[in-house]
Amino acid sequence: MTTIMSIAQAQQEVVDEFALFSDWQDRYEHLIELGKDLPLIAPEKKTEENIVRGCQARVWLNAEEKGGLVHFTADSDAMITKGIVALLVRVFNDRTPQEILSASTEFIDQIGLRAHLSPNRANGLSAMIDQMKRYALAFSANADQA
Amino acid sequence: MSTKADTVAKKGYDVEEIRAQFPILKELVHGKPLVYFDNAATSQKPRRVIKAESAYYATINANVHRGVHTLSTKATEAQEAARETIRKHINAKHAHEVILTSGTTASINLAATSLGQLLLKKGDEVVISGMEHHSNIVPWQLACERYGAKLKVIPITDSGEWDLKQVPFSEKTRILAIGHVSNTLGTINPVKKLIAQAKKKGIVTVVDGAQATPHLKIDVQDLGCDLYAFSGHKAYGPTGTGVLYGREELLDRMPPWQGGGEMIDTVTFEKSTWAKLPFKFEAGTPHIAGIIGLGEAIRWMEDYDKSAMAKHEHVLLEHATKEMLTIDGLRIIGTASEKVGVISFVIDGVHHYDLGTLLDQQGIAVRTGHHCTQPLMERFGVSGTTRASFACFNTIAEVDALVAGVKKGVKMLR
Repeated sequence: MTTIMSIAQAQQEVVDEFALFSDWQDRYEHLIELGKDLPLIAPEKKTEENIVRGCQARVWLNAEEKGGLVHFTADSDAMITKGIVALLVRVFNDRTPQEILSASTEFIDQIGLRAHLSPNRANGLSAMIDQMKRYALAFSANADQA
Repeated sequence: MSTKADTVAKKGYDVEEIRAQFPILKELVHGKPLVYFDNAATSQKPRRVIKAESAYYATINANVHRGVHTLSTKATEAQEAARETIRKHINAKHAHEVILTSGTTASINLAATSLGQLLLKKGDEVVISGMEHHSNIVPWQLACERYGAKLKVIPITDSGEWDLKQVPFSEKTRILAIGHVSNTLGTINPVKKLIAQAKKKGIVTVVDGAQATPHLKIDVQDLGCDLYAFSGHKAYGPTGTGVLYGREELLDRMPPWQGGGEMIDTVTFEKSTWAKLPFKFEAGTPHIAGIIGLGEAIRWMEDYDKSAMAKHEHVLLEHATKEMLTIDGLRIIGTASEKVGVISFVIDGVHHYDLGTLLDQQGIAVRTGHHCTQPLMERFGVSGTTRASFACFNTIAEVDALVAGVKKGVKMLR
């Protein structure tokens, strides 16, 4: 089995990647590009329940458990939002619920996307992270029962 | 006597002189000069308003209408002077017809709660329009639910105007509650005409003037409305201030909506009696500093000639409209013939949230989303728009920066 990066390593990779861009335009263009790699949620999973509350753009997020790991799929009707979801999914995808629950999310702050983290109703980044952690919590509770 | 307004009229509109009075316009956003086009949400404040508010705290802070001591007297005088300034500005007959509130939302909630209790019975109807802000919808819904009344809606045409052929007045209509100017579309509505029709039918009329007060000359007697609500903060005044104007005869009949200090005449555990107008509707300690600031904001607008400001904003609107329409796939929502400086638009294949974010990166502040008018968004079949709203201190160069910013954003997103 190949060594898999830890969440912290994956976050550092993102931080390093964004450090290459000196201006906002490149940073956002990169983010928009990343959105195109997002593992898309199946159309039938785009339900009311899977909408992340608190985002100005619509965001759908689904999680399934595969072999003890949490697998995320998502989509958004806004491209920047989709890029942000893609970043989160890239960092948190296919991790154990425990890893996700204990991970910090400071990397978002470090890549110059702080505005998206502010706790107002237009910016749902915190809501997305909360939602991912809630899925992880639900899966870890299931695992405890099993 | 020569006033500042005369001077403005003589020497023409000097936008740079106006800009110099807004300290915030020197701020940088993401390292770029701030271009503030979110005035319909809240306007920026001139130095005179900021000073008036802080001078109150620094020199005469005391509670109003209570103490016999000097500061309380001075604070009371300053607040009541502001009330008189507001009265004159909207041409109310009496200062006691000017009720001080925390904003348009509070004013309309007061109106809906109190009028509901006074007028509404099961089966009665309240008429609003399809372009109302949520704060001129939800308070009436609450009142209707409480008394078993129904909400009826004036439909909106494709250009974003009231369809006057389909005003749902009936013999059951008790209240007409309408916006003077649409926050989302910028449409200046023919309120006077509709109020005249309503009055003939004995319908009580309430106007949401939040978006009109910063731009239009407001004359409540000429409009003929019973109640007129507006906010201070959209008209260069402090946040947390607002007004509900009401005709004396109606206000006298309306029950109070909040109980507390200041609004009573006598209190016993059996029964309390109410203070006279306007205090019957002003329970608790008001936002004294803010009200004083609002008075100063109104004097400031008068000094610099509100109609000259409106003309300037109209020039900006026409320029923005022309330039925006050169953008491929851009559609303006709200194309009424009478508009204030508001331009709301959607662009094919571009989400308003993305565009707002990319404009912000360029130092340009616009509003994106449904603008608290979800039914109106549904009417136009959009989930939201990008809205630029102009004020007296904005410039043609800023409009050009907006257009260039939008073009840049669109290029990145397509």
